[in-house]
Amino acid sequence: MRNLFIFLLVLFYTSKSFAVVTIDITRGNLEPLPTAISNFYVDNPDQFPEKIKKLKLEENLPKVIKGNLMRSGLFYVLDNKSYIQKPKLSHLKPRFEDWRLIKAQIMVSGKLKVDDKGRLRVEFRLWDVVSAKEIEGLALFATPTSWRRIAHIISDKIYQRLTGEEGYFDTRIIYVAESGPKTQRVKKLAIMDQDGANNKFLTLGNELVLTPRFSPNGKMVTYMSYFKNLPRVYLLNIETGIQEVVGDFPGMTFAPRFSPDGKKVIMSFARDGNSDIYTMDIQSRKVEQITSNPAIDTSPSFSPDGRFIVFNSDRSGFQQIYVMRSDGRRAKRISRGKGLYGTPVWSPRGDLIAFTKIHKGKFYIGVMRTDGTGERLLTQNFYQEAPSWSPNGRVLIFYRETAGGKKGKGASANLWAIDITGYNEVKIKTPTDASDPSWSGLLSK
Amino acid sequence: MFRSLSLSILFHLSIFAITFLTLPFVMKKPIDVPPIISIDLIQISDKTALPFAPKAKEIIDKIKEEKERVVTKQAPPKIVKKEKQDAVPMPDQIKKKKPKETDKQNPEEVKDEIRQSSEFEKKELFDPNKIAALIDKSKEETADLQQKESLDITQNQDSSVSLDKGLTITQEDAIKAQIFKCWNIPLGLPYDEDLTVRIRLKLNKDGSILSSEILDHVRMNRPGQGFYKVLAESALRAVRLCNPLKMPTTGHDKWKDLQLNFDAKEMLKG
Repeated sequence: MRNLFIFLLVLFYTSKSFAVVTIDITRGNLEPLPTAISNFYVDNPDQFPEKIKKLKLEENLPKVIKGNLMRSGLFYVLDNKSYIQKPKLSHLKPRFEDWRLIKAQIMVSGKLKVDDKGRLRVEFRLWDVVSAKEIEGLALFATPTSWRRIAHIISDKIYQRLTGEEGYFDTRIIYVAESGPKTQRVKKLAIMDQDGANNKFLTLGNELVLTPRFSPNGKMVTYMSYFKNLPRVYLLNIETGIQEVVGDFPGMTFAPRFSPDGKKVIMSFARDGNSDIYTMDIQSRKVEQITSNPAIDTSPSFSPDGRFIVFNSDRSGFQQIYVMRSDGRRAKRISRGKGLYGTPVWSPRGDLIAFTKIHKGKFYIGVMRTDGTGERLLTQNFYQEAPSWSPNGRVLIFYRETAGGKKGKGASANLWAIDITGYNEVKIKTPTDASDPSWSGLLSK
Repeated sequence: MFRSLSLSILFHLSIFAITFLTLPFVMKKPIDVPPIISIDLIQISDKTALPFAPKAKEIIDKIKEEKERVVTKQAPPKIVKKEKQDAVPMPDQIKKKKPKETDKQNPEEVKDEIRQSSEFEKKELFDPNKIAALIDKSKEETADLQQKESLDITQNQDSSVSLDKGLTITQEDAIKAQIFKCWNIPLGLPYDEDLTVRIRLKLNKDGSILSSEILDHVRMNRPGQGFYKVLAESALRAVRLCNPLKMPTTGHDKWKDLQLNFDAKEMLKG
């Protein structure tokens, strides 16, 4: 009897209970993440030499991080003036209520110290304000003069922790610095940090330089230069400054680019009036012909795994993008839209191909999947080309020329970056006009 | 005799038959053919330039006058005394407003304990002990007013709750809309991976979160699951930012256990 009663009770109870309600959340806010970056706390400021004190690292280091995160378009860094808690306390443990009050979801705090050997120790912590917990903490040592690199490495750590993919701030950009009138343009090779700081010229400008490209490890650069009106492909070691000629090539030579393993250079040059794609082994200088087609084949770029090559060719009558195996077989046209396509570059992530498109007199920078589907035009302008990927395959850098007045007066060329969503377009400051940019890999890798 | 009688009957029947057959035609109205009106097409551009007909002008003026008279016959606008804004009214100057007596269909007093009141009405019930709480909430309430209007679920809607399923589509949409606003989707995530994050919530009656748990939290710490971790953390932030959720005022049993499946694939695909 008692068992029956319990059975009925359980039966009654279960009949009243409800299943878990399941709701699918498939939409959300695409606004940048509200982030607060507090000034860093200086521990024992008396130990800091005057030279370092003048750098005002407690303000400038967070400022560089702020600039990096803001330019990425994924973060919105709140104004310092709105911060309630002072760095002196926030570096220990933030008062989360204060940061929540200003609508910050993420907060960065840090501490600076100089050790006995004169090295700068930078400690940073990343806080999830909403969940009230620390999600990343790191200490870095460096000579005080390389504080900007520390800021970039911290930016990368924050970016990686909050987006899940590698950052691209501790990188450099090599480009062609242009000056002088259109008819007598001086073109020098220049290098700078990805944020435009630490700009240096690598050549004097006596010779015309074109299409510089980083090697996968970021230590070497290949570029083209005209010596006595003959195109030459050069290799330049960034660290040592040693420059060597890879080879003299007859006729027009275009856009040398490294293979993913860094052992070969792939380029196109004209032989007997026909332009085809060739690779050259850097060590043995052995040249191998990849394509053999009466059409003009140019702008080759390897896929990250080295198995495929994307290039452009006019074999269909118009300049279009083709993909083939690395041995030159099975070339297949992938671009299908109207207009002309050029300068294809395979993303380091391997999922997309960036290109320049010319249609009805306008230039577009766009991306498409490796099979040619999903073409998206990110930006359109009077003249722009030469996209180059950031190491994480999320941002493209390219150059854009303005029309100027009569005879090209007032025209300028500048570097721009755009993310693959196409929403976040940023101009990159350079001391002179700039063209043909190439993004290095992560320096800290 | 018989013959004459039969003739008479036949005669009368024929009369009836004729009457029966012809009467509807008599009653039927003739087709109303509208008279043909002849219209002359004339060029009016030169006629319209003619000076205004004096007689017509008189008639129009008359109508205008009448219209004005109708307006003046109405009561003049009420003159409202301007109160000095600067002057602060003294306590004795403040007139006590008499509560307006309204004609109610049910004049009987309804006890608060028994009376069913909507959530809006509940807010109006004033408790002097909770002034501090009201002040604290005031900012949030004004900011969220617009959102609340669309999200609040009234008792009328509650009546449509089905017994076999916890929430109606409208109620589900209302919860979704709240989470959508709180969830900052990490934009760097790949769209071609299965990264659905399932979070189980236990909710209090007021919609506040009693507990939240990521169902497959083990995956968060697995190597190579960085994207999943990022998405899971962003989903948890969204849930906490939305705390307390605005839930239906009734049927706590139906929604106290809630599972949210966060999937950003569609948004990232664009």
